[in-house]
Amino acid sequence: MNKNFNFSTSFRNSQLVKGVVEEIKRITTKPWTIMEICGGQTHAIMQYGIDQILPKELELVHGPGCPVCVTPLDQIDRAHAIAAQTNVIFCTFGDMLRVPGSSTDLFSLKAHGAQIKVVYSPIDAVKIAQENPDKQIVFFAIGFETTIPANASSIIQAKAFGLRNFSILVSQVCVPPAMEAILSSPSNRVQAFLAAGHVCAVMGYWQYHPISQKYQVPIVVTGFEPLDLLQGILKAIRQLESGTHIVENAYQRAVSEKGNQAAQEIINRVFEPCDRNWRGIGTIPFSGMGLRSEFDEFNAEHRFNVEHIKTQESEICIAGQILQGLKKPYQCPAFGNVCVPTNPLGAPMVSSEGACSAYYRFSLNREEI
Amino acid sequence: MCLGIPGKIIEIEQSIGVKMAKIDFGGVIREACIEAIPEAKIGDYTIIHAGFALNVLSEQEALETLSLLQEISDINNELNFNEQEL
Repeated sequence: MNKNFNFSTSFRNSQLVKGVVEEIKRITTKPWTIMEICGGQTHAIMQYGIDQILPKELELVHGPGCPVCVTPLDQIDRAHAIAAQTNVIFCTFGDMLRVPGSSTDLFSLKAHGAQIKVVYSPIDAVKIAQENPDKQIVFFAIGFETTIPANASSIIQAKAFGLRNFSILVSQVCVPPAMEAILSSPSNRVQAFLAAGHVCAVMGYWQYHPISQKYQVPIVVTGFEPLDLLQGILKAIRQLESGTHIVENAYQRAVSEKGNQAAQEIINRVFEPCDRNWRGIGTIPFSGMGLRSEFDEFNAEHRFNVEHIKTQESEICIAGQILQGLKKPYQCPAFGNVCVPTNPLGAPMVSSEGACSAYYRFSLNREEI
Repeated sequence: MCLGIPGKIIEIEQSIGVKMAKIDFGGVIREACIEAIPEAKIGDYTIIHAGFALNVLSEQEALETLSLLQEISDINNELNFNEQEL
């Protein structure tokens, strides 16, 4: 590898950032609203202050691509019901610990003695199951297409080991149906999308052509470094200004049209499309990926009989509108006062990808707030 | 959640179930599942998300993107320079 090249830092070059921002300013003649799908992109935009250096005509709105934020309250309450059982070790990504359910959160349950372990990877949960044969190990399998192959690999691994004490609580969602739900809403404001780079690394971007054509909206596959984001924005504006609407790839080093077919095969071996409820948005048909019936033995909802749990949302939190790009976090009456990261009312204030948390961390002192 | 970090494959392991590898993230070594990148070899760079390799990164594509951005940047510098001249 070229010794001056680095897959991350080379895409943070300040001189190039200035040049691309100049180009964006030069070609922008009208106001445009662009949505970045992925919460990781929202955080990078706020962290690097990219929204602050763009022309005033451009508005970036933040999409629903935060799996923690869209995991429905029912499923979080089910997680709590399972995690509270004495023979269970409940494994989760760290982001889920503080997400409020209707009466508690995993963090509080842990403080009261529940065995809750934060894992870096679903495979780590399988290892815990091997090491604790007398316990039931449950992994909270949340995530988008980026995470679904990792979740699937835990099932493949558990089956290969013949584990009878491992199961997963599934709340997996897919991006394209959510984009269609946003675009077909009468209150939609989004004129172009920055598609989520790592979702596309797995799935490719062939699924986006019909969406782009049907709704006449530019879709640009975009990465996570400052230059990736700016290149995505530049391509989107070029299309908006010239009245075109096609799918483009601004994350060439990581994404191909077809995506990673081996990863897609792993997903399809274990999971199949199903209807899924998105927190704050509602049920979107075929937007989820549930366990195939041949893997039902690994389904925690059935193993622990928690399917009947149904719950209600907080009335004050406007997370649903924020996740659809209809409102900004500072337009919520609770933002920054009642609702803060240490006492979140809604999931977007919890997750390291939630829009409310990004605004709280990086922009509380900005003028508009 | 969909954050992925580029890392270098330094060792491919023979394991039961899914294929694993040791990945070097600028000095920090972690294990990851490489079941979805059967073509990967030692020395390749990959994006790891939740302990799972999503792809093999293309250095050639990365360098082409950077050179394209450099061109855009150069044109704008030139335009600015010409404006100042006028």
